[in-house]
Amino acid sequence: MLGILVIITFYITGRGLGASGAVKSSVVTVVETIAPEHAASSPYYSKYIPEDKSPMNNWLVFESLGVLLGGLLSGVIYGRVKKFRTEHGPKITSKKRLFFALVGGALFGIGSQFGRGCTSGAALVGSSSFSFGGVIVMLGIFGTGYAVAYLFRKLWI
Amino acid sequence: MGPLIPNDIITGDWNFVIALLLGVAFGFILEASGFSSSRNLAGVFYGYNFVVLRVFFTAVIVAMTGLLYFDYFGWLDLSKIFILPTFVSPMILGAVIMGIGFVMGGFCPGTSFTGIAIGKMDALVFAIGLALGIFIFGETYPLFEDFFNSGSLGNVTLTDVTGIPAAWFAIAFTVIALAAFWFTATIEKKVRKNITEYKF
Repeated sequence: MLGILVIITFYITGRGLGASGAVKSSVVTVVETIAPEHAASSPYYSKYIPEDKSPMNNWLVFESLGVLLGGLLSGVIYGRVKKFRTEHGPKITSKKRLFFALVGGALFGIGSQFGRGCTSGAALVGSSSFSFGGVIVMLGIFGTGYAVAYLFRKLWI
Repeated sequence: MGPLIPNDIITGDWNFVIALLLGVAFGFILEASGFSSSRNLAGVFYGYNFVVLRVFFTAVIVAMTGLLYFDYFGWLDLSKIFILPTFVSPMILGAVIMGIGFVMGGFCPGTSFTGIAIGKMDALVFAIGLALGIFIFGETYPLFEDFFNSGSLGNVTLTDVTGIPAAWFAIAFTVIALAAFWFTATIEKKVRKNITEYKF
Protein backbone atom coordinates (compact mmCIF):
# COMPACT_ATOMS: atom_id res chain seq x y z
CA MET A 1 0.00 0.00 0.00
CA LEU A 2 2.69 2.48 1.04
CA GLY A 3 4.78 1.56 -1.99
CA ILE A 4 1.84 2.11 -4.33
CA LEU A 5 1.21 5.50 -2.71
CA VAL A 6 4.85 6.50 -3.33
CA ILE A 7 4.43 5.57 -7.02
CA ILE A 8 1.15 7.50 -7.32
CA THR A 9 2.74 10.53 -5.66
CA PHE A 10 5.65 10.47 -8.09
CA TYR A 11 3.24 9.93 -10.99
CA ILE A 12 1.13 12.96 -10.09
CA THR A 13 3.63 15.39 -8.60
CA GLY A 14 7.06 14.20 -9.76
CA ARG A 15 8.29 14.37 -6.17
CA GLY A 16 7.74 12.56 -2.95
CA LEU A 17 6.05 12.73 0.42
CA GLY A 18 7.62 14.27 3.49
CA ALA A 19 7.03 15.26 7.07
CA SER A 20 9.87 17.24 8.63
CA GLY A 21 9.52 19.95 5.97
CA ALA A 22 6.16 21.05 7.34
CA VAL A 23 7.63 21.51 10.82
CA LYS A 24 10.45 23.55 9.31
CA SER A 25 7.89 25.80 7.55
CA SER A 26 6.10 26.28 10.87
CA VAL A 27 9.33 27.16 12.69
CA VAL A 28 10.31 29.63 9.97
CA THR A 29 6.84 31.21 10.12
CA VAL A 30 6.98 31.63 13.90
CA VAL A 31 10.48 33.13 13.79
CA GLU A 32 9.49 35.43 10.95
CA THR A 33 6.39 36.63 12.81
CA ILE A 34 8.19 37.28 16.09
CA ALA A 35 11.48 38.58 14.72
CA PRO A 36 11.14 39.41 11.01
CA GLU A 37 14.53 41.10 10.71
CA HIS A 38 16.31 38.23 12.44
CA ALA A 39 14.64 35.74 10.09
CA ALA A 40 15.49 37.74 6.98
CA SER A 41 19.13 38.13 7.96
CA SER A 42 19.57 34.49 8.96
CA PRO A 43 21.33 32.54 6.23
CA TYR A 44 19.13 29.51 6.98
CA TYR A 45 15.61 30.81 7.59
CA SER A 46 15.84 33.28 4.71
CA LYS A 47 16.18 30.38 2.24
CA TYR A 48 12.66 29.29 3.14
CA ILE A 49 10.89 32.66 3.12
CA PRO A 50 9.29 33.22 -0.29
CA GLU A 51 9.06 36.84 -1.42
CA ASP A 52 5.37 37.18 -1.99
CA LYS A 53 3.71 34.59 0.23
CA SER A 54 3.81 32.97 3.65
CA PRO A 55 6.26 30.08 4.29
CA MET A 56 3.15 28.08 5.26
CA ASN A 57 1.95 28.27 1.64
CA ASN A 58 3.89 25.12 0.91
CA TRP A 59 3.14 21.69 -0.57
CA LEU A 60 4.48 19.80 2.45
CA VAL A 61 2.38 21.81 4.91
CA PHE A 62 -0.84 20.82 3.17
CA GLU A 63 0.36 17.26 2.81
CA SER A 64 1.12 17.09 6.54
CA LEU A 65 -2.32 18.45 7.43
CA GLY A 66 -3.56 15.55 5.32
CA VAL A 67 -1.41 13.14 7.35
CA LEU A 68 -3.12 14.37 10.54
CA LEU A 69 -6.57 13.96 8.96
CA GLY A 70 -5.71 10.55 7.49
CA GLY A 71 -4.34 9.38 10.85
CA LEU A 72 -7.51 10.57 12.55
CA LEU A 73 -9.69 8.83 9.96
CA SER A 74 -7.88 5.51 10.41
CA GLY A 75 -7.94 5.96 14.19
CA VAL A 76 -11.71 6.50 14.13
CA ILE A 77 -12.28 3.46 11.92
CA TYR A 78 -10.12 1.15 14.06
CA GLY A 79 -11.33 2.64 17.35
CA ARG A 80 -7.96 3.98 18.47
CA VAL A 81 -8.95 7.62 19.02
CA LYS A 82 -9.12 8.28 22.75
CA LYS A 83 -8.49 11.18 25.06
CA PHE A 84 -4.91 12.37 25.47
CA ARG A 85 -2.68 9.72 27.00
CA THR A 86 1.01 8.81 27.15
CA GLU A 87 2.26 5.45 26.01
CA HIS A 88 5.46 4.18 27.62
CA GLY A 89 7.47 1.05 28.33
CA PRO A 90 6.71 -0.98 31.48
CA LYS A 91 9.81 0.17 33.40
CA ILE A 92 9.49 3.95 33.10
CA THR A 93 7.04 6.66 34.15
CA SER A 94 5.02 8.89 31.81
CA LYS A 95 7.16 11.84 32.82
CA LYS A 96 10.35 10.10 31.80
CA ARG A 97 8.76 9.01 28.52
CA LEU A 98 7.75 12.60 27.71
CA PHE A 99 11.25 13.87 28.53
CA PHE A 100 12.83 11.38 26.15
CA ALA A 101 10.18 12.10 23.50
CA LEU A 102 11.15 15.78 23.65
CA VAL A 103 14.89 15.09 23.42
CA GLY A 104 14.38 12.48 20.69
CA GLY A 105 12.19 14.90 18.75
CA ALA A 106 14.80 17.65 19.02
CA LEU A 107 17.54 15.29 17.78
CA PHE A 108 15.32 14.23 14.89
CA GLY A 109 14.72 17.91 14.08
CA ILE A 110 18.45 18.67 13.96
CA GLY A 111 19.29 15.43 12.12
CA SER A 112 16.63 15.93 9.48
CA GLN A 113 18.20 19.25 8.46
CA PHE A 114 21.62 17.66 7.93
CA GLY A 115 20.00 14.64 6.26
CA ARG A 116 17.90 16.77 3.88
CA GLY A 117 14.79 15.01 5.05
CA CYS A 118 13.56 12.50 7.60
CA THR A 119 12.42 8.89 7.46
CA SER A 120 9.65 9.77 4.98
CA GLY A 121 11.22 12.28 2.63
CA ALA A 122 14.78 11.02 2.60
CA ALA A 123 14.84 7.38 3.69
CA LEU A 124 11.54 6.12 2.21
CA VAL A 125 10.94 8.28 -0.85
CA GLY A 126 14.64 8.96 -1.51
CA SER A 127 15.54 5.27 -1.49
CA SER A 128 12.47 4.41 -3.59
CA SER A 129 13.63 6.76 -6.33
CA PHE A 130 17.15 5.23 -6.21
CA SER A 131 18.67 8.40 -4.71
CA PHE A 132 22.16 7.68 -3.39
CA GLY A 133 21.61 10.09 -0.49
CA GLY A 134 18.25 8.48 0.34
CA VAL A 135 19.93 5.10 0.79
CA ILE A 136 22.66 6.68 2.98
CA VAL A 137 19.99 8.17 5.25
CA MET A 138 17.98 4.91 5.38
CA LEU A 139 21.00 2.78 6.32
CA GLY A 140 22.23 5.48 8.72
CA ILE A 141 18.98 5.79 10.67
CA PHE A 142 18.32 2.07 11.06
CA GLY A 143 22.01 1.16 11.54
CA THR A 144 22.43 3.74 14.30
CA GLY A 145 19.10 2.71 15.82
CA TYR A 146 20.38 -0.84 16.27
CA ALA A 147 23.79 0.37 17.46
CA VAL A 148 22.36 2.48 20.30
CA ALA A 149 19.23 0.42 21.08
CA TYR A 150 21.03 -1.44 23.89
CA LEU A 151 21.77 1.83 25.73
CA PHE A 152 18.11 2.80 25.80
CA ARG A 153 16.56 -0.63 26.38
CA LYS A 154 15.08 0.38 29.75
CA LEU A 155 12.82 2.87 27.96
CA TRP A 156 11.06 0.16 26.00
CA ILE A 157 11.46 -3.36 27.43
CA MET B 1 2.33 11.26 -19.55
CA GLY B 2 3.56 11.46 -16.00
CA PRO B 3 4.63 13.17 -13.84
CA LEU B 4 1.37 15.04 -14.29
CA ILE B 5 2.07 18.36 -12.56
CA PRO B 6 5.59 19.02 -13.93
CA ASN B 7 4.24 18.15 -17.40
CA ASP B 8 1.34 20.62 -16.92
CA ILE B 9 -1.32 17.93 -17.37
CA ILE B 10 -2.67 18.98 -13.97
CA THR B 11 -2.30 22.72 -13.32
CA GLY B 12 -0.67 24.21 -10.25
CA ASP B 13 -4.02 25.34 -8.82
CA TRP B 14 -4.83 21.76 -7.88
CA ASN B 15 -1.49 21.34 -6.20
CA PHE B 16 -2.64 21.90 -2.63
CA VAL B 17 -5.81 19.82 -2.97
CA ILE B 18 -3.68 16.95 -4.22
CA ALA B 19 -1.16 17.55 -1.43
CA LEU B 20 -3.94 17.27 1.14
CA LEU B 21 -5.40 14.10 -0.41
CA LEU B 22 -2.02 12.36 -0.74
CA GLY B 23 -1.33 13.35 2.86
CA VAL B 24 -4.63 11.80 3.99
CA ALA B 25 -3.68 8.56 2.24
CA PHE B 26 -0.19 8.65 3.79
CA GLY B 27 -1.53 9.34 7.29
CA PHE B 28 -4.19 6.65 6.95
CA ILE B 29 -1.67 4.00 5.89
CA LEU B 30 0.79 4.93 8.67
CA GLU B 31 -1.89 4.83 11.36
CA ALA B 32 -3.51 1.66 10.04
CA SER B 33 -0.08 -0.04 10.03
CA GLY B 34 0.18 0.64 13.77
CA PHE B 35 2.78 3.41 13.39
CA SER B 36 0.89 5.75 15.70
CA SER B 37 2.29 3.72 18.61
CA SER B 38 5.85 4.40 19.75
CA ARG B 39 6.07 0.94 21.30
CA ASN B 40 5.24 -0.67 17.97
CA LEU B 41 7.90 1.45 16.28
CA ALA B 42 10.60 0.87 18.89
CA GLY B 43 9.92 -2.87 18.65
CA VAL B 44 12.00 -3.04 15.49
CA PHE B 45 15.13 -2.29 17.55
CA TYR B 46 14.37 -4.81 20.31
CA GLY B 47 13.10 -7.71 18.24
CA TYR B 48 9.55 -7.89 19.58
CA ASN B 49 7.85 -6.16 16.65
CA PHE B 50 9.27 -5.90 13.14
CA VAL B 51 6.22 -4.24 11.56
CA VAL B 52 8.31 -1.15 10.72
CA LEU B 53 10.80 -3.22 8.77
CA ARG B 54 8.07 -5.11 6.92
CA VAL B 55 6.04 -2.05 5.92
CA PHE B 56 9.08 0.09 5.15
CA PHE B 57 10.94 -2.41 2.99
CA THR B 58 7.81 -3.62 1.23
CA ALA B 59 7.11 0.01 0.32
CA VAL B 60 10.65 0.60 -0.96
CA ILE B 61 10.77 -2.52 -3.16
CA VAL B 62 7.21 -2.02 -4.49
CA ALA B 63 7.97 1.62 -5.30
CA MET B 64 11.37 0.84 -6.88
CA THR B 65 9.94 -1.91 -9.08
CA GLY B 66 6.80 0.08 -9.89
CA LEU B 67 8.71 3.20 -10.91
CA LEU B 68 10.87 1.11 -13.26
CA TYR B 69 7.78 -0.46 -14.86
CA PHE B 70 6.05 2.94 -15.18
CA ASP B 71 9.18 4.21 -16.91
CA TYR B 72 9.41 1.12 -19.12
CA PHE B 73 5.81 1.47 -20.31
CA GLY B 74 6.33 5.18 -20.91
CA TRP B 75 3.79 6.27 -18.28
CA LEU B 76 6.26 8.17 -16.17
CA ASP B 77 9.40 9.98 -17.28
CA LEU B 78 11.90 9.08 -14.55
CA SER B 79 14.25 11.82 -15.73
CA LYS B 80 11.65 14.38 -14.65
CA ILE B 81 11.09 13.19 -11.09
CA PHE B 82 12.85 14.83 -8.17
CA ILE B 83 15.93 12.96 -7.00
CA LEU B 84 16.94 13.86 -3.46
CA PRO B 85 20.38 15.53 -3.65
CA THR B 86 23.31 13.81 -1.95
CA PHE B 87 25.62 15.48 0.58
CA VAL B 88 27.67 12.55 1.81
CA SER B 89 29.08 13.52 5.21
CA PRO B 90 26.23 15.80 6.40
CA MET B 91 23.74 13.06 5.50
CA ILE B 92 25.68 10.41 7.42
CA LEU B 93 25.84 12.69 10.48
CA GLY B 94 22.14 13.61 10.11
CA ALA B 95 21.10 9.97 9.85
CA VAL B 96 23.16 9.04 12.93
CA ILE B 97 21.52 11.87 14.93
CA MET B 98 18.08 10.77 13.66
CA GLY B 99 18.81 7.14 14.56
CA ILE B 100 19.54 8.16 18.17
CA GLY B 101 16.46 10.41 18.14
CA PHE B 102 14.35 7.50 16.88
CA VAL B 103 15.36 5.17 19.72
CA MET B 104 15.03 7.89 22.39
CA GLY B 105 11.85 9.48 21.06
CA GLY B 106 10.08 6.41 19.69
CA PHE B 107 8.73 8.28 16.68
CA CYS B 108 9.83 9.81 13.45
CA PRO B 109 8.19 13.03 12.24
CA GLY B 110 5.47 11.50 10.02
CA THR B 111 4.48 8.85 12.55
CA SER B 112 4.33 11.43 15.35
CA PHE B 113 1.66 13.33 13.37
CA THR B 114 -0.53 10.20 13.26
CA GLY B 115 0.13 9.67 16.98
CA ILE B 116 -1.10 13.21 17.68
CA ALA B 117 -4.20 12.51 15.57
CA ILE B 118 -5.29 9.70 17.86
CA GLY B 119 -4.42 11.45 21.12
CA LYS B 120 -0.87 10.43 22.12
CA MET B 121 0.78 12.96 24.42
CA ASP B 122 4.22 11.47 23.72
CA ALA B 123 3.69 12.09 19.99
CA LEU B 124 2.72 15.72 20.64
CA VAL B 125 5.78 16.28 22.83
CA PHE B 126 7.95 14.61 20.17
CA ALA B 127 6.61 17.05 17.55
CA ILE B 128 7.31 19.99 19.88
CA GLY B 129 10.86 18.63 20.26
CA LEU B 130 11.08 18.44 16.49
CA ALA B 131 10.25 22.15 16.12
CA LEU B 132 12.70 22.94 18.92
CA GLY B 133 15.46 20.96 17.17
CA ILE B 134 14.89 22.73 13.86
CA PHE B 135 14.90 26.07 15.72
CA ILE B 136 18.21 25.21 17.42
CA PHE B 137 19.60 24.20 14.04
CA GLY B 138 18.37 27.43 12.41
CA GLU B 139 19.92 29.59 15.15
CA THR B 140 23.31 27.85 15.10
CA TYR B 141 23.47 27.29 11.34
CA PRO B 142 26.25 29.87 10.66
CA LEU B 143 28.60 27.80 12.86
CA PHE B 144 28.54 24.80 10.55
CA GLU B 145 27.36 26.22 7.25
CA ASP B 146 30.49 24.93 5.46
CA PHE B 147 30.04 21.41 6.77
CA PHE B 148 26.32 21.50 5.94
CA ASN B 149 27.11 22.15 2.28
CA SER B 150 30.08 19.78 2.07
CA GLY B 151 30.25 16.46 0.23
CA SER B 152 27.77 17.58 -2.41
CA LEU B 153 27.35 15.16 -5.30
CA GLY B 154 24.20 16.74 -6.76
CA ASN B 155 20.96 14.88 -7.50
CA VAL B 156 22.64 11.53 -8.07
CA THR B 157 21.08 8.07 -8.13
CA LEU B 158 22.66 4.77 -7.15
CA THR B 159 23.22 4.16 -10.87
CA ASP B 160 25.07 7.47 -11.33
CA VAL B 161 27.41 6.58 -8.46
CA THR B 162 28.07 2.91 -9.23
CA GLY B 163 27.25 2.51 -12.92
CA ILE B 164 25.07 -0.50 -12.08
CA PRO B 165 21.59 -0.34 -13.73
CA ALA B 166 18.68 0.56 -11.42
CA ALA B 167 16.94 -2.77 -12.05
CA TRP B 168 19.81 -4.61 -10.32
CA PHE B 169 19.31 -2.51 -7.21
CA ALA B 170 15.57 -3.24 -7.25
CA ILE B 171 16.34 -6.98 -7.45
CA ALA B 172 19.05 -6.79 -4.77
CA PHE B 173 16.78 -4.85 -2.39
CA THR B 174 13.97 -7.36 -2.98
CA VAL B 175 16.21 -10.35 -2.21
CA ILE B 176 17.62 -8.65 0.91
CA ALA B 177 14.12 -7.65 2.05
CA LEU B 178 12.70 -11.16 1.65
CA ALA B 179 15.65 -12.65 3.55
CA ALA B 180 15.19 -10.03 6.27
CA PHE B 181 11.43 -10.75 6.54
CA TRP B 182 12.10 -14.44 7.07
CA PHE B 183 14.97 -13.86 9.50
CA THR B 184 13.15 -11.24 11.60
CA ALA B 185 9.99 -13.36 11.77
CA THR B 186 11.98 -16.11 13.52
CA ILE B 187 13.56 -13.58 15.93
CA GLU B 188 10.16 -12.06 16.67
CA LYS B 189 8.73 -15.45 17.60
CA LYS B 190 11.55 -16.15 20.07
CA VAL B 191 11.52 -12.71 21.68
CA ARG B 192 7.73 -12.56 22.07
CA LYS B 193 7.77 -15.75 24.16
CA ASN B 194 9.71 -13.87 26.83
CA ILE B 195 7.63 -10.70 26.80
CA THR B 196 4.36 -10.90 28.62
CA GLU B 197 3.29 -7.36 29.41
CA TYR B 198 3.02 -6.17 25.80
CA LYS B 199 -0.18 -6.66 23.83
CA PHE B 200 0.21 -7.50 20.14
